[in-house]
Amino acid sequence: MSAQVIEAQDLTKRYNGVPVVKGITFSVAQGEIFGLLGPNGAGKTTTILMMLGLTEISDGQVRVLGYDPVREPLQVKRRVGYLPDAVGFYDSLTAAENLRYTGRLIGLDAGECDEKIRSALDHVGLHDVTDRRVATFSRGMRQRLGIAEILLKDAQIAILDEPTSGLDPQATIELLEIIRNLKQRDVTVLLSSHLLDRVQSVCDRVALFSQGNIVLLGSVDELGRQVLGGTFNLDVEAEGSGLDARLKAIPGVTDVETFGPNRWRLKTDRDVRSETAATVMGAGGKLLRLAVEVPSLEMIYTRYFRDEELGGRDAA
Amino acid sequence: MQREGSPWRGLGVVTGKELADHLSSVRILVIELLVVITGFVIVLVSLQQIRNVTAEDPFLLLRVFTRSGEQLSFVFVLTLLVPLVAIGLGFDLVNSEHNQRTLSRILSQPIYRDALLFGKFLAGLATIAISLTAMWMVVLGLALYQLGVPPSGEEIARAALMLVVTIAYAGVWLALAMLCSVVFRSAATAALTALGVWLFISILWPLLSGHLVNVFVPLQAGSPDELLSGLATRQAVMRLSPGALFGEIVSVLLDPSVRSTQQSQLAAMGLALVEPGSIPGAPLPLLQSVLIVWPQIVTLIASTIVLFVIGYVVFQRQEVRA
Ligand SMILES: Nc1ncnc2c1ncn2[C@@H]1O[C@H](COP(=O)(O)OP(=O)(O)O)[C@@H](O)[C@H]1O
Ligand SMILES: [Mg+2]
Repeated sequence: MSAQVIEAQDLTKRYNGVPVVKGITFSVAQGEIFGLLGPNGAGKTTTILMMLGLTEISDGQVRVLGYDPVREPLQVKRRVGYLPDAVGFYDSLTAAENLRYTGRLIGLDAGECDEKIRSALDHVGLHDVTDRRVATFSRGMRQRLGIAEILLKDAQIAILDEPTSGLDPQATIELLEIIRNLKQRDVTVLLSSHLLDRVQSVCDRVALFSQGNIVLLGSVDELGRQVLGGTFNLDVEAEGSGLDARLKAIPGVTDVETFGPNRWRLKTDRDVRSETAATVMGAGGKLLRLAVEVPSLEMIYTRYFRDEELGGRDAA
Repeated sequence: MQREGSPWRGLGVVTGKELADHLSSVRILVIELLVVITGFVIVLVSLQQIRNVTAEDPFLLLRVFTRSGEQLSFVFVLTLLVPLVAIGLGFDLVNSEHNQRTLSRILSQPIYRDALLFGKFLAGLATIAISLTAMWMVVLGLALYQLGVPPSGEEIARAALMLVVTIAYAGVWLALAMLCSVVFRSAATAALTALGVWLFISILWPLLSGHLVNVFVPLQAGSPDELLSGLATRQAVMRLSPGALFGEIVSVLLDPSVRSTQQSQLAAMGLALVEPGSIPGAPLPLLQSVLIVWPQIVTLIASTIVLFVIGYVVFQRQEVRA
């Protein structure tokens, strides 16, 4: 396993004595895309602010690239790019002027800065509006300008708070593509979102937050196995006789639901796509559709809490 | 706990950006045009009078600043308008960063909050200094042209000192406006609060304090010592207003015949302060004038620092999220 670039240990934040982040422990490996997911008010933004040294840590500690954001905030902020929730820019300045200000704060010299700004704006698809005032920018363009700022900084870690919130589906897809590109550039990405399904496709690993705790941590597949008990749904559409019984007989299939004359949903405990295809062919049937339903985070999350609740009731 | 790195890293960049913002801002342009035009008109009027009345005055040039044209003197107008300019410049310095949601993005760059706050203050003060200096040069040029008398070095030095003191006076109000912009998220609330304080201190307090003192420490024509101590109390109360401090400093700096900050009050009562061994009415050397008002100058600067530090402490503890 590669080096850990972010390590949080019992990280706690209290506002006026009320804990909003309750001793969370997690780590993010170099080069991965890590998602902090959970409903609004779960403590994601607070966790991010503590990692950047922008708010005090009440208890526990966090190391970012080996630096302590409390004692060495400048070292951390030099290497980490941050896209805040609903990022703002100076409306009266152009896109390039906004980035130039950041460039000077970072300490880039003028020539190098302009060169980098051009390539960063190119990369996020804003080269046409370089000299337009940010006041005219849409939400999606502002988000992309924020990512250009992270590129300008040559950040090793990009921390993106709710990068897709408020974006239309098209803009969301474009932004997720840009985030994947960050990973190609060897940037470690930590992003937060309250929309679980939007970002599940880009995340290598996720931490599911609930009321200041991390309740689940791992890759989406792992969590699926862990929470959904390793059942996959396989939708089959096929023509042929006597398929009902044959499908039930496939090893690994635990249950078969029939939806129509030629449609079934198999509950399986492993991936049985090839066996299913072979069975249909073997019976002289015609396979029309074979789709495995990927477990969604939404499903995992709701199922987890349903189980928790049931478990809680049983115990009581 | 020791913080790593310099708290002033990025100070120059922030100051430069803020200064550029101010100088290209329409709001600032309007405010400053207003001030310059007001100053211009008043000086024109007082020049009229000075030429008619006192051709023999050795400090003719300085009269331009202190002489009342009709009712208002140039210095009096400065006392009122400089705070307005400073408040107009400072009331949204910090809360605009919150409201534009730029604060957390800027603070995630490798700088401390110190640099951001101090840079904003410096840029505001520089903007005021630039416009006051411009106005000062216009007034001086106009006066020299109209009076046709070459100024003495001392006159220029005294006028220059007045300019510096005016900038320091602006600093107090800028620090107050900035404090309001840190404390209040809404720019309108910050502006109204700062203006409220200005109104109270500049207009209500001088009236109120006069009455209060008259009630509690009535001035009587008793022994000179009693009279002077009564005056001192009166002054101490008045001095809670930066405008009063500014007035005292400037009246001494611009008039070499003034030997004490109490002189004008005594004169109003038909009395004069005569120190043993001195020639009444003889002009004081510049250094003497400065020494008389040195405590007042220090007080102005100290008030600025105190107000800035309060704003700094509040800002350091503030949440960055919008
Ligand atoms: N300045 C503050 N004072 C008190 N409570 C706060 C403050 N900021 C945030 N909170 C509380 O902390 C909790 C977590 O907030 P946040 O980290 O923004 O959640 P998320 O980003 O997951 O939506 C919320 O319940 C919020 O009300
Ligand atoms: Mg949030």
